[in-house]
Amino acid sequence: MSSGEVIISPPHMVGTKLQVENLNVIFTRDGKSTAVLQDINLEVSEGEFVCLVGPSGCGKSTLLNTLGGFLSPTSGTVSIDGEVVRGPDPRRIFVFQERGVFPWLTVEGNIGFGLFKLAHSERQVRIAHYVKMVGLGGFEDAYPSELSGGMKQRLEVARALAVNPDMLYLDEPFGALDSITRHTMRGELLRIWETERKTIVFVTHDIDEAVQLADRVVVMSARPAVIQQIVKIDIPHPRDISSPRYLELRDGILQQIGLAHKI
Amino acid sequence: MDDDHALDYVVDAVGKSKLECARIASKRQHQVKNAKRERKNILNLLVRLRPIAFIAVLLIAWQAAVSRHPVHTLPSPWGVVGGIADLLRHGLLFKYVVASLFRVTWGFGLATIIGIPLGLIVGWNRRSEMAINPLVQVFRPISPLAWIPLAILWFGVGDSAAIFLIFLGCFFPLLLTAINAVKNIPSVYVNAGRNFGLRPPDLVYRVLYPAVVPQLLIGLRITLGIAWLVVVAAEMIAVDSGLGFLIVDARNAGNRYDLVVAGMVMIGLIGLLLDTAMRSLETVKSFRWAYSED
Repeated sequence: MSSGEVIISPPHMVGTKLQVENLNVIFTRDGKSTAVLQDINLEVSEGEFVCLVGPSGCGKSTLLNTLGGFLSPTSGTVSIDGEVVRGPDPRRIFVFQERGVFPWLTVEGNIGFGLFKLAHSERQVRIAHYVKMVGLGGFEDAYPSELSGGMKQRLEVARALAVNPDMLYLDEPFGALDSITRHTMRGELLRIWETERKTIVFVTHDIDEAVQLADRVVVMSARPAVIQQIVKIDIPHPRDISSPRYLELRDGILQQIGLAHKI
Repeated sequence: MDDDHALDYVVDAVGKSKLECARIASKRQHQVKNAKRERKNILNLLVRLRPIAFIAVLLIAWQAAVSRHPVHTLPSPWGVVGGIADLLRHGLLFKYVVASLFRVTWGFGLATIIGIPLGLIVGWNRRSEMAINPLVQVFRPISPLAWIPLAILWFGVGDSAAIFLIFLGCFFPLLLTAINAVKNIPSVYVNAGRNFGLRPPDLVYRVLYPAVVPQLLIGLRITLGIAWLVVVAAEMIAVDSGLGFLIVDARNAGNRYDLVVAGMVMIGLIGLLLDTAMRSLETVKSFRWAYSED
């Protein structure tokens, strides 16, 4: 394969999964209104991994919350599979930072949380499968307070995957982890993504993280956030993070955000 | 050959004695270890007995002081024991303890049944919280004892007046605990619950309820303490039985200060038992998350 070759979309990217059209979000507080998101247009294909990056406080999380149905847009629409989103839905699971796991439930209880419609035996099978997938074997009966930050984060991902959603929304999921754990978690997320082929929208303020993970990186501006640029990351996985192409893409995004890469 | 044999013998003997030595050494080690362990156990026991020993020292000092300078202002510990025995003999101790516990159970129970669900609803609904909050803040600082005249006027002298006072003493703290417990639920839990498609009744049962229970337990424990304080005061005025009544009655009917202190001791001990029972709930595993520093 020469580098000039046209990249053929992987077979899993078949159609548009998520479509955002002319989205505006304005917050009103104490009679003052603040435009947070301005005229956002975005399309995400089935099975695609998209990262949203931008300066902190720019509205990335607001956009993700709107996609997830937790916030209604002031104008414009979010539609998934052609259907307008009107609220949260178990087909699209939102993963918060590791604080989102229920501290009163064990690892098994958390993973099984969304499986209340399944028969008991089927639920057990599903739980066992995801316990194994995220490497929490032996901790089935542990409570989150007994787990490390990385384990809690894996638990939350497992809880999300267990209901077999089409999409995952991840809001800075590794932001609270130490850098070694964060590195491992990225690898694990990619491994899971490659086996499960979910469509993923991932918010991060870490540009390296975005370039390592995503098919496309959506660069947002400071508030009111507009989409400045969408960068396609045309490096196959596993990615060599010291390759010239990687550095070129990363530096391009850094410049776009207005950060010099020399400190 | 002979030399060899001799050497063998010596080596053998040395080997044997080495073995022997090792055995003795290990035995000694064992003994030392055992002795150490025993000493540690005794030390542990002493540490645990420290509060009891402290109380014993105080009691002895008290007894010694009173027997050296007999006074009418304070009974001796031994006199108090006699007082408790007296009460037991007349069947009053049990009767009074049950009477007090009966009132606490009703007052505290009613306050729990009404205050907690009301607080949960109010806490969930911001507007009703804004409406009700000022009123609660005005009522809360009024000591339940200030209600005694009205309680007697409305309910007469008897159990209901005492129960009403305990209810008042418990209701406002429980209401506020429940309001705050709901307000403090992190929104991630509620959002996660909604995300997994929980209908409102399930959301209440599987997310809101487990999220508030630990805070409610703390509130219940503190409030039960209040109930136990209020019952004594209420019984001094509004009824003719119970531990509070015992204290007032013992003084009025002949200055039996041994009985007064006996009543106080019983109040303290039962209060401690109630608190210990409530505290044991906090060690339930699925509640414990809220108390551990994570």
